[in-house]
Amino acid sequence: MNLSALITPKNLVTAAVLIVLGLMPVLTTVFDQPFYLDIATRIVILAVAAASLNLILGFGGMISFGHAAFVGIGAYAVGIPIYYEYYSGFLHFPLAIAVSALFALVTGAISLRTKGVHFIMITMAFSQMIFFLFLSLEEYGGDDGLLIWSDSELFDGLALDDPSTFYYVCFVSLVGVLLLLHRIVNSRFGRVIRGAKSNEKRMSALGYPTYRYRLVAYVISGALCGYAGALMGNFTNFISPDMMGWGRSGELIFMVVLGGSGSIIGPVYGVLSFLLLEEFIPDVMDLFADGAGVYWHLPFGIILLLVVLFVRGGISGFLNRLTKR
Amino acid sequence: MSVLLEIQDLQKSFGGVKATKHVSLDVLEGEVHAIIGPNGAGKTTLISQLCGEQMPDAGLIRFAGKTITRAPFPARARLGMARSFQITSVFQDMTLLENVALSVQAHDGHSFRFWKRADSETALNEKAMTFLTEVGLADKAHVLSREVSHGEHRQLEIAMALATEPKMLLLDEPMAGMGSEESARMVDILKKFKGEKTMLLVEHDMDAVFALADRISVLVYGEVIATDKPEAIRDNEAVKRAYLGEEAD
Ligand SMILES: Nc1ncnc2c1ncn2[C@@H]1O[C@H](COP(=O)(O)OP(=O)(O)OP(=O)(O)O)[C@@H](O)[C@H]1O
Ligand SMILES: [Mg+2]
Repeated sequence: MNLSALITPKNLVTAAVLIVLGLMPVLTTVFDQPFYLDIATRIVILAVAAASLNLILGFGGMISFGHAAFVGIGAYAVGIPIYYEYYSGFLHFPLAIAVSALFALVTGAISLRTKGVHFIMITMAFSQMIFFLFLSLEEYGGDDGLLIWSDSELFDGLALDDPSTFYYVCFVSLVGVLLLLHRIVNSRFGRVIRGAKSNEKRMSALGYPTYRYRLVAYVISGALCGYAGALMGNFTNFISPDMMGWGRSGELIFMVVLGGSGSIIGPVYGVLSFLLLEEFIPDVMDLFADGAGVYWHLPFGIILLLVVLFVRGGISGFLNRLTKR
Repeated sequence: MSVLLEIQDLQKSFGGVKATKHVSLDVLEGEVHAIIGPNGAGKTTLISQLCGEQMPDAGLIRFAGKTITRAPFPARARLGMARSFQITSVFQDMTLLENVALSVQAHDGHSFRFWKRADSETALNEKAMTFLTEVGLADKAHVLSREVSHGEHRQLEIAMALATEPKMLLLDEPMAGMGSEESARMVDILKKFKGEKTMLLVEHDMDAVFALADRISVLVYGEVIATDKPEAIRDNEAVKRAYLGEEAD
């Protein structure tokens, strides 16, 4: 492979994004802006969730409208043990992954019997069930939410309550998940998933029991999202059923589509632009007219809609087309 | 010759339309069995029931000694039935090589392999390449499927069916929409496998049918009105009236 062939707009942007994200703790320290490390941490964690959703949404064509449930399950898998004073991360993280995987297995086994709008509705219904379940669990705060007064304990010297350390744990997780997804998508399994999205009838004619492969993809996606949830539980010291509402699931879909569902890195761009727009549009509006910032939802929504409607393949698709020129 | 596919009294209706009426038919091991009949005769519906894309209302299908009347679509493919579609049905966003490799992969154990890059598996690619070569598409291996011509799509359909190394090919109008030159090429391709693969060939192109078929069944309004050797079918009065006559107009 020719080295100069690697220098494409997309690769440059990817490299730049990953480098800047990788240096965030240093940058925020140098510029003394700890608040931005907070945003960056949130971006990185949500990127893990969005990238996981993209495995089934972008590559498998399964539009799950309930993925926030997995994030919520992952967060409660940290919150509830801590409530009972079990602090070990070696409990929290495997628990988050296992419970999410199980929830994905059960709900996926049922949802994947349906297609199209029905699939969207049924995944949403399952996530709402979990939402109302946690709402009704008074012991864990119900709709008031649950305070997480500690972080998961891992190794000595890896203190998750240190913002920089925690950020790096999230960042390494993101890179790991992206690599893992990259391998999966290009493997035999990934090819089957992509084939089933592209032409289900042909896959059957070839002899593939597509349901099984979809289900496994759904479980992988749910488990990784649950892992993101466990990171989220460590990040915020307060969790509530709100984080698994259908609006949150919708936001995840939006981030994926905005960034480009056809690419592994796309969702990272999506989350990044989503959160940055959300953060800065109010400030920019205030510059024009004092107090206008409170109406930030309007331009925010318009920008998102325009990108989704007119930029085929989202941000990543746009960068790809720059390369082809 | 032994019977590979046995169809007994198959029936299927869509609302009031009886697309398959009491169809009984044997396909012998190794033969090319053509099915001809006017538009709407129920040829595609018959193939769909054989491969499991649609379930019959009544009747029996036996394939390679197993009753498969209600077996699921993919399970039948794994038993060795491969079908091609009247309306091209391939993976448009993959290259021709990937299309065929995915077909090879279907019959190479399970695909719960998550780590190794599929497109760098030499054995898979080489095998896929041999099938592309068989149908004359080797030079287009790395072209995206959506970028090749209609005729090439039809050839790709055949390569994908062959790549599953089936006992039997169910071909639904492989020459559909082709010019005479392309049709002739397709006949040559199929001729290579005549005798080696059992084929059920649905086709309107009579030159192709008479060039390839060992036996022909004529389907009219969901009913088989005759099954015989090509010469006999040509001379069959009922067939002439019902079908070949219309063609001559
Ligand atoms: N899914 C369906 N729903 C309702 N009617 C159907 C369906 N599929 C086929 N039919 C009807 O069944 C009859 C047989 O159709 P079929 O497609 O099997 O014919 P065919 O012999 O393949 O025709 P052609 O030569 O045009 O391909 C037609 O009258 C058709 O309208
Ligand atoms: Mg037809």
